Amino acid sequence: MIKATINNVEIEVPEGTNILWAAKKAGFTIPTLCNHPDLPPGGQCGICVVEIEGLPGLKRACMTPVGEGFKVKTHTPRVMATRRQLVELILSDHDTSCLTCVKNNNCELQQLASTVGINVLDYTGLREKLPIDHSSVAIVRDPNKCILCGRCLEVCNNVQTVHALAVNHRGSDTLISTAFDAGLGNSVCINCGQCVVHCPVGALYERSATEEVWEALHDPDKFVVVQEAPAVRVMLGEEFGMPVGSLVSGKMHAALRRIGFDAVLDTNFAADLTIMEEGTELISRLTSGKNLPLITSCSPGWIKFMETYFHDMIPHMSTAKSPQQMFGALAKTYYAKEKGIDPEKIVSVSIMPCTAKKFECQRPEMNASGYRDVDYVLTSREIGRMMREAGIDIKEMPDEHADPILGEYTGAATIFGATGGVMEAAVRSAYALVTGKELENVEIMPVRGLKGIKEAEIDIEGTKVKVAVAHSCGHARALLSKVQDQLAKDGKSEYQFIEVMACPGGCVGGGGQSWGSNMAKRARRGESLYAEDRSLPMRRSHENPEVKAVYEKFLEKPNSEKAHKLLHTHYYKRSAVDGKILPG
Amino acid sequence: MDREAILKKFEPNLSNILYIMHDLQDANPQRYLAKEDVEACADYLNVPYSYVHSVASFYTMYSLKPRGKNIIRLCESPPCHLMGSRSLLDYLKASLKVDLGGTTKDGIFTLETTSCLGTCGVAPSMMLNEEMFGNLTPEKVDSILDQRRKEI
Repeated sequence: MIKATINNVEIEVPEGTNILWAAKKAGFTIPTLCNHPDLPPGGQCGICVVEIEGLPGLKRACMTPVGEGFKVKTHTPRVMATRRQLVELILSDHDTSCLTCVKNNNCELQQLASTVGINVLDYTGLREKLPIDHSSVAIVRDPNKCILCGRCLEVCNNVQTVHALAVNHRGSDTLISTAFDAGLGNSVCINCGQCVVHCPVGALYERSATEEVWEALHDPDKFVVVQEAPAVRVMLGEEFGMPVGSLVSGKMHAALRRIGFDAVLDTNFAADLTIMEEGTELISRLTSGKNLPLITSCSPGWIKFMETYFHDMIPHMSTAKSPQQMFGALAKTYYAKEKGIDPEKIVSVSIMPCTAKKFECQRPEMNASGYRDVDYVLTSREIGRMMREAGIDIKEMPDEHADPILGEYTGAATIFGATGGVMEAAVRSAYALVTGKELENVEIMPVRGLKGIKEAEIDIEGTKVKVAVAHSCGHARALLSKVQDQLAKDGKSEYQFIEVMACPGGCVGGGGQSWGSNMAKRARRGESLYAEDRSLPMRRSHENPEVKAVYEKFLEKPNSEKAHKLLHTHYYKRSAVDGKILPG
Repeated sequence: MDREAILKKFEPNLSNILYIMHDLQDANPQRYLAKEDVEACADYLNVPYSYVHSVASFYTMYSLKPRGKNIIRLCESPPCHLMGSRSLLDYLKASLKVDLGGTTKDGIFTLETTSCLGTCGVAPSMMLNEEMFGNLTPEKVDSILDQRRKEI
């Protein structure tokens, strides 16, 4: 342990603790712009400078470990003047159109300018107007707002190992962009949106579909159906000032009904359906022994990552579509038929914790119903904005249930939103499908939690199934590389079933969730999903009465020909240069 | 030399990235790193495409846009400036009918500037491709460029 004082407050911290965190312990928050609790300190912005008695110059608190006997001062006149000047210099070349910025009121730079007391801007930089990158269907990048803090680079290159973004050019021309400035839509970007939720300013944000959805809602000829992903119901409360992780399933359904959706349905229904399809697929692969391990396919960011960097694993991928797309295919077929609505008039909207879902719904093959299966994807943030615009406060909403016949769900569906959830849900049903008996304890603890790669061995009446769960593409890369090696060496892998989610923490940590996401928040949201699971009367997907009904009335049985046509898909090889589909 | 042969000259170590890119650029008739060059380099060194582009865009000796057959690099450091490099630059722009960084219509010359060449004793100076010329005047520049035109 190291003893030191921070503004005369004595502290004792483990060796290696940096001054930024040590100061927190002493009760002082040192302002910073580039530092993020989940990312290694980079020291780019210099805002966190402090004075240390006896040492020359100012030191960056994020990069300086506390030394024995350090006397640190965090707000001397020199420190405060330096900080103010640094912020002024950043602002001198920043597009300060705060009122019309997507991050207005949520911007770390805006807050910092207020914290350090910037009243006048003494410097005027070049403020050259650079083109905004609109090339991606999911994510917009505005270089005029970028402050070059490097958080997006860290998360894109080191956490996700996607390598879409890099620092290009030099000096005052430095730009964070894609190779040859081709734009995110012409790059290996997987649309996961981790750059978006890590950006401190308004340089990265989702491509919004709120205008289109409002238009559909006000069109009397359209029948607008909405589905909401599991992870949305544990985040939406935050948009209205509720504690992180508040579970608002019922209030969310009520709010969507009041916004004016004609039918408020639930992605969780489709999550249960996914388990029926994927569980059946798992059993058939375990029986045949072919193409093991089976790898889950719910996460569209992961799908594009796999298509780009692991396309030799395509035969191992589950062909089951994601719940969003299963829902979409059923909304314009089964639902339309049962409710007697012309599918032409149905506008299918989904609320997702995800930016990659915007890319997924526009994939050309996602038209199994004969129409675009999902018309518009809104992120959790976008629906929060729409609710505020409509004057709806989710806190004030009553608890309401989703509408039949695509609205019922079990606990197995709701845990899809947390890393390990799909695996756990699949095991709950696979056990019953194989043995004809129900798993007594449905809670499979080893696959829960935020460890990067989790493993477990499941005993299905004597058959041992080794499973692994990875979240974040960096961990997925490590796990899949291991599997590739095993397959090359022994012709088989130690694992039979693998779940991958592109985002750290799973969907609760998706790129469409609230600004300022961090692992602590992701963990709280995940816990709330497990709490909802415990509270529900049904906790196994195959118990869902509406899922049973869709098979009885429409799909016949899991993996039937009709189910294959509507609920299954195929994958492509993609280029590691521009992310485009490769021939063959 | 084709790309494959250039790459094979080097061990596939990241420490060779600058040498590889120089050779690829020199082998390109338009004296620049094309997307295909960046891609080949990334594949060979097993590093991301975006990374290679990032490195190439940092160093001014690499170009990511097509250039002329010959690169003029006029020194813009203070000693050359004092000895008239500014007016020489204006002269070159006017006589070649290009802006800084531009390529002549016939594709023969690209006009660039450079930081100090270390030949301040013969300022103002410039490089034409790999060759250095000093004590420049408009007349001397004309004769150097004319000579080069004849050699092609």
